[in-house]
Amino acid sequence: MADRLLTVRDLVIDIPVGGGTLHAVRGIDFELDRGEVLCIVGESGSGKSLTSLALMGLLGKRIKPRATQMDFDGTALLSASKKTMRSLRGARMSMIFQEPMTSLNPAYTIGDQLMEAMLLHRDVPRAEARARAVELLEKVGITAAESRLGQYPHQLSGGLRQRVMIAMALMCGPELIIADEPTTALDVTIQAQILRLLVDLVREMGMAMILITHDLGVVARVADKVAVMYAGELVETGPAKEIFEAPMHPYTRGLLRCIPLPGKTKRGSELGTIPGIVPSLVGRVSGCVFRTRCTFATEACRGDIPRHLRGPQAFRCVLDDGGLSQEKQEVQA
Amino acid sequence: MTAPVLELRNVVKTYSVKQGLMGRPKPLTAVKDVSLSLGRSEVLGLVGESGCGKSTLAKILLGLEAPTSGEVLVDGEALGAQDRLKLARRIQPIFQDPYSSLNPRKSIADIISLPLRVHGIGDAASQKQAVREILDVVGLPSRVMNTYPSQMSGGQRQRVAIARALIMKPEIVICDEPTSALDVSVQSQILNLLGELRREFGLTYLFISHNLAVVEHLATRVAVMYLGRIVEEAETGDLFDNPRHPYSRALLKSVLTPEPGLGVPDTQLGMAYPNPINPPSGCAFHPRCPLATELCKTRAPRPVPQDGGFVECHLYDRETEMFEQA
Amino acid sequence: MSDAMTDPLLAEIVGPTPGQLLRRRIFGHQGLLIGGTVVALLVLVAIFAPLLAPHDPYAQSLMARMKPPVFLGGTWEHPLGTDHLGRDYLSRLIYGARVSLMIGLVAAVISGLIGSVMGICAGYFGGKVDAVVTFLINVRLAMPVVLVALAVVAILGGSLTVMVSVLGLLLWDRFAVVLRASTRQVREREYVAAAKSIGASTPRILLAEILPNIVNNLIVVVTLEMAHAILLEAALSFLGLGVQPPTPSWGLMVSEGKNMMLFEPWLVMIPGTVLFVLVLGINLMGDGLRDVAAPENRS
Repeated sequence: MADRLLTVRDLVIDIPVGGGTLHAVRGIDFELDRGEVLCIVGESGSGKSLTSLALMGLLGKRIKPRATQMDFDGTALLSASKKTMRSLRGARMSMIFQEPMTSLNPAYTIGDQLMEAMLLHRDVPRAEARARAVELLEKVGITAAESRLGQYPHQLSGGLRQRVMIAMALMCGPELIIADEPTTALDVTIQAQILRLLVDLVREMGMAMILITHDLGVVARVADKVAVMYAGELVETGPAKEIFEAPMHPYTRGLLRCIPLPGKTKRGSELGTIPGIVPSLVGRVSGCVFRTRCTFATEACRGDIPRHLRGPQAFRCVLDDGGLSQEKQEVQA
Repeated sequence: MTAPVLELRNVVKTYSVKQGLMGRPKPLTAVKDVSLSLGRSEVLGLVGESGCGKSTLAKILLGLEAPTSGEVLVDGEALGAQDRLKLARRIQPIFQDPYSSLNPRKSIADIISLPLRVHGIGDAASQKQAVREILDVVGLPSRVMNTYPSQMSGGQRQRVAIARALIMKPEIVICDEPTSALDVSVQSQILNLLGELRREFGLTYLFISHNLAVVEHLATRVAVMYLGRIVEEAETGDLFDNPRHPYSRALLKSVLTPEPGLGVPDTQLGMAYPNPINPPSGCAFHPRCPLATELCKTRAPRPVPQDGGFVECHLYDRETEMFEQA
Repeated sequence: MSDAMTDPLLAEIVGPTPGQLLRRRIFGHQGLLIGGTVVALLVLVAIFAPLLAPHDPYAQSLMARMKPPVFLGGTWEHPLGTDHLGRDYLSRLIYGARVSLMIGLVAAVISGLIGSVMGICAGYFGGKVDAVVTFLINVRLAMPVVLVALAVVAILGGSLTVMVSVLGLLLWDRFAVVLRASTRQVREREYVAAAKSIGASTPRILLAEILPNIVNNLIVVVTLEMAHAILLEAALSFLGLGVQPPTPSWGLMVSEGKNMMLFEPWLVMIPGTVLFVLVLGINLMGDGLRDVAAPENRS
């Protein structure tokens, strides 16, 4: 029996805009067990960051998310009081943002910021919080941790700042970490180091992690489970191995063909593309949103879209094989 | 090999950086004695971490910055920053951020025709015609002429930026991270377009990127830059099959290909990127290098020729071995 | 996909042009609309003063001194009454709008030219130019405007020309500060680098690439400085060192009325109120313009 930590059913996020309602996220379902890493992958405007903010209760006053169920370890997040949410945030679930420079307050030392969450949530003496901060800084690979506590964010490099952010997120020993593009602003070598560190820590401490990214490489290397998001819907979900080796949804397949694979894609050859652009989600949205860019689109795509299950993998498409057989015929022809 | 279209000879760029309010300005050498050459319709990929000097190099080539010393030769002719108009006809840029590289107050037609107007080529009617033609080349319908950048998607804007760069029919295009601000599905369209344009017009690219998969796909040669120096240069296939410099190896190792089950690689790099104001002694890479020896801390390595390129590392220097034995 | 045109999702996404967006924001902003209307009305009044004024603003009539306005029991012959020299108060008020708006506009244009050139050059070139301009701004900020203006007027004598020139030469500091900052921001945009690498000349970059992107800020400062100049003119005229009688100026009218304030408070109230409404209108318009021009800076 898996140890379920998070269950989300039919999450809807509508944003009021000038000319109507932007249906940014429309009825997504997912769940997460302790010790698991879920990657939500999607392009800009797919609603992946909104989803994470909804989980943390950080969407702001204007936007009210709805869901039939959104439970974190038995607590219904949507009906929870502000006080309950505050006691969850930073303590049992914490978030790592993309830009470490703007998420650290330049006016306070690293030490103050690290200890803040712990002093706020746990009734512990300062010395204990300090000891914990030093321990975590060492854990995230920062040398001379003791002396770093007195430094200010601007004195650290981008990679170091992101490590501090991770340490900060871990201070209260959270059960869930949500990382929104945690390495996008970093150089490749640093990115690999930070991701490795995150994954190791998650495994070691038995936490669960939701990693939000647009980088399929990151997803493949980090995820246990993958959720592919397009224009506010989860078009395909499943274990990482299945998603990458046997992608079913036309969008997932299209995305994977867009990136050159060193050693596999012929150098200088034409890369796959997904023509067209993401449709506007203002106003009534029905049927499959990918139909405007899909090569297999038919009249049926405007109606209700069935969900197909293939073992642990699930995808939404009118074609029960996601157009795979059609594609094979075209290749042969 | 044919005569190079573009050559850099011993280019050095030093800035002076003030530290703090009362601090004395200190020299920061962003580009340290770099020599490069690009043959016609070659694509040289330039890779390296942020702050390694690759963007400074691009600015020098575009005439936006004057080199402190050394020279830039186009078709064998030395061009200083004072020949900006001449330089502009031959070298054009494509920038990283299509949201910042187009003036939000100008229509698309105005943006694309600006080079023609600056250089006084043709009258209004022929400029309009040229814009129409170039839009067709980059795959945009001509009705976008009267729209504004804010009405376009990122990919469309990058196509506009490419159109602006190509309207003067330059020989060399400096692409500074041209796809890193774009979505994956749009990135491949732009990469395909750049490839097509090169074949069609015989363009030469200097392709600056931190995405090694993209560089591998598009470049014919690759130069790896670290702290203002080019530490390795080789044919693309050669570099990706057999990286020599420890830094190149670490870079290649950190490429995350979409292959599940492999996990995140261990780069074995120390993490601190050095402060360019106080560069490390000897080989600038030694504090992070897993293979560093005592020698690396004291003596800077020389470029050692390898087939089709060079590598700057003591591990490959014969003389170093003799020095160590002595 | 034969039915492509009828699929609602396929409707091509072409956003509104910047012009359309601007129009939408302007007509959606109440402060801007109210302020704009007030200012526009007063500008019309100033322009058509000879047609609107019922009497000659200079014509004195000792027979008709201190006539009260209609709402205090006066006649429609002089709707706002007459002053201590028997001049029609409404006519003087209408002509006074000319003086106020003239001074505001011309002073703002002069100081705007000086300040913009300084600010843009400092922001774009940086280095020594910036150091010099910053020094000049600091010097200017250290000078008390009213005292300097008083001193100059005391030496040269008060007239419309002197007033306008003094204010124009004194009020450029805010232009310089604001435009220096916004130019520095715009200078770093890649389209400026793109224009440079095309070979565009410095004047072209400044005028065609940078100016259109900072003109929003310029307009906002123009309105603020207009209001500032109008108030200063009124203050100086009130002190007797501004516009000289018999020119109709609102500040002067307040000054002339102050001796009789206890018995005939409307002599002060009427020009005071109009002055207040004009400055409020200009400020509302300025705030509105700032919101409309840079919506991204608001939330």
